[in-house]
Amino acid sequence: MSLKIHHLLGLEGVSAADIRLILDTAVSFKEILARKIPKVPTLRGTTVVNLFYEPSTRTRLSFELAEKRLSADTVNFTTSGSSVAKGESLKDTVWNIEAMKIDIIVIRHSASGAPHYLASCCKSTVINAGDGAHEHPTQGLLDMFTIKEKYGKLEDLKIVIVGDIKHSRVARSNIWGLLTMGAKVAVCGPPTLLPVEMEKFGVKVYDDLDEALRGADIVNVLRLQKERQKGGLLPSLREYSRYYGITRDRLDLLNENFTIMHPGPMNRGVEISSEVAEGPYSVILPQVTNGVAVRMAVLYLLSGGKGKVDEE
Amino acid sequence: MKNNIILAGGKIVDPVTGYFGPANVFISDGKIEKVEKRKKDKITGRNVIKLDGKIVCPGFIDMHVHLREPGDEDKETIISGSEAAAAGGFTSIACMPNTRPPLDNAGAIEYVNNRALMAPVKVYPVGALTVGQKGETLTEMMEMSACGAVAFSDDGSGVQNNDLMRRALEYSRTCGTPIISHCEYSDLAASGVMHEGFISSKLGMKGISAVAEELMVMREIMLASLTQARVHIAHVSTAGSVDLIRKAKRAKVPVTAEATPHHFTLTDDLIQSFDTNLKVNPPLRTKKDIDAVIKGLADGAIDCIASDHAPHSIEDKELEFDYAPFGLIGLETTLGMVITRLINKKIISWVEAVERMSTAPARILDIPGGTLNEGEPADITVIDPDLEWTVNPDNFKSLSRNTPFAGWKLKGKAVMTIVDANIVYSTI
Ligand SMILES: [Zn+2]
Repeated sequence: MSLKIHHLLGLEGVSAADIRLILDTAVSFKEILARKIPKVPTLRGTTVVNLFYEPSTRTRLSFELAEKRLSADTVNFTTSGSSVAKGESLKDTVWNIEAMKIDIIVIRHSASGAPHYLASCCKSTVINAGDGAHEHPTQGLLDMFTIKEKYGKLEDLKIVIVGDIKHSRVARSNIWGLLTMGAKVAVCGPPTLLPVEMEKFGVKVYDDLDEALRGADIVNVLRLQKERQKGGLLPSLREYSRYYGITRDRLDLLNENFTIMHPGPMNRGVEISSEVAEGPYSVILPQVTNGVAVRMAVLYLLSGGKGKVDEE
Repeated sequence: MKNNIILAGGKIVDPVTGYFGPANVFISDGKIEKVEKRKKDKITGRNVIKLDGKIVCPGFIDMHVHLREPGDEDKETIISGSEAAAAGGFTSIACMPNTRPPLDNAGAIEYVNNRALMAPVKVYPVGALTVGQKGETLTEMMEMSACGAVAFSDDGSGVQNNDLMRRALEYSRTCGTPIISHCEYSDLAASGVMHEGFISSKLGMKGISAVAEELMVMREIMLASLTQARVHIAHVSTAGSVDLIRKAKRAKVPVTAEATPHHFTLTDDLIQSFDTNLKVNPPLRTKKDIDAVIKGLADGAIDCIASDHAPHSIEDKELEFDYAPFGLIGLETTLGMVITRLINKKIISWVEAVERMSTAPARILDIPGGTLNEGEPADITVIDPDLEWTVNPDNFKSLSRNTPFAGWKLKGKAVMTIVDANIVYSTI
């Protein structure tokens, strides 16, 4: 079995078979990561560039680690702001990269569609590490991996994504992936942080948190950027945390064996209380570990790897 | 006697009489001498241009064109834009004042007039409504009007200040010229880059709501009603705007409106390709809006068709969608789109199409043209309605290439453009 997709630009439109293959392959890589020497020669001779136009320590580190564990050669290119500000167009950057004979480009960019543009004009394989508020497919995959690890399945589970849906690429990738895999997805947040026509995604939309949480299995709590309050979308952080913060007393509304997730970095006391973040039902740290395994699976499969991890 | 031509063998479209049928057009002294419905005997002679199978119309007028001179001559000049217009079948164009610097004084209007002396088509400048198009101080409209400004506008963005718009409308009565309004409240548009709807939600891009346009359309209608000055709504893009304008016309408010080919053909879901040639302001809307714009063009709620030709360089457009400038070019595709998407689909007739592209803009701007009446200037567009062609930006006369229609197969094209009896473009 190999992937149908040639790039990982988003989870919208990616088939259940492809998602299943990535998640299953990640299981093997997670086993490898638990070994004494957590490294395989699988991608020896493959060159990966991490092209980060937006600061992101976590995702970049996770990708870098995944690449190193696979023995790939890696190059980092980090810059803040748009390519315009830097005085070089994305296209010129691509040309340079092509000239350097890079196999895989991992790109994080503040503009939606930047990875799609790259994929359309260069020969390398492109992996989207987050584009604007559009998609963050490896985060979606690692969230699904984490859920599946605990429940053994994705179908029919009820997941609620809470918070700033409007500006969240994590929310979008989660929605597409989970719906494809047969889960039931709801979103909840103040209407000013919900994109318009949200129902058309195929999800339930709530602005009342208690109503949204009732009978849910998993809560994925999104980070609230403090700028949203300054941008006039919220009256105060205090009111937000009171009405949309995930606190201990709200957990009773959830199904038995519930799970709390957060893509990080957290604003403790705003969207999630410390107590909840550190509770036994929280999988926030396993999410980080799983991120490396899932990214290894994506890199490996997009390089032409088949389902069975080939260690030599 | 110079330029005596007889256009023989074609069918003419005369929106004034509603006639669409065979006739010969006699041109002398730069004017239309007469139009003669054909008799049996064939006309022959040195000055006869045989146009069998062709359609002969009063010259088309595009009342919304951005030439980039002065300031951005690498994107378009008055001459290159005029050549593009001639190739697209236009005999007159009105150029918007958002150049660098803007056309906000009589000297700037004179500059355009002088540069246009060598242009193949007639170029009518639109003056800026406010100094520097900053939306603060009114320009010297009377003097600019005396120099040839045919309308006033801060096109490129909407006039945000309500009282200023009211005063501008009042003051414009001194010139009798319309004020062309680009309707968009920028606070509601909120730095959006595309239509606000399911697609913008999916792509995570900032959206421009329909209301950002409609609220200003409503304001213009109320202010036009109050001041009894003429307001022209540029590039109508939403179903709500069409409704508001239709109702205002019923109430006899002095409002007119235009629509562009991209707003009656392209929807926001195409932006999922991230093609920056689809980034335009007002943004591409939904199927429902397209249907409403088409209905408005058919029933007359929308008076005319304009291209909103907005040239940008390849470098400017080859950016991430968020950072690319708004605008697309249309002078050389508008006619093909109208024939292919409106006439051939039986949405409007040939007579109505010519009315929307010639007679109506002439009436709105109060400039010559729009008829084949005796004694009118011989501004004429000849069309081959059966010519099938593929849009290829490499063949454009325009200096820019930013069209979303590249590769489109269209039917119908201008094959000859005549301005004041001079053949300025011909492929015959
Ligand atoms: Zn405009």
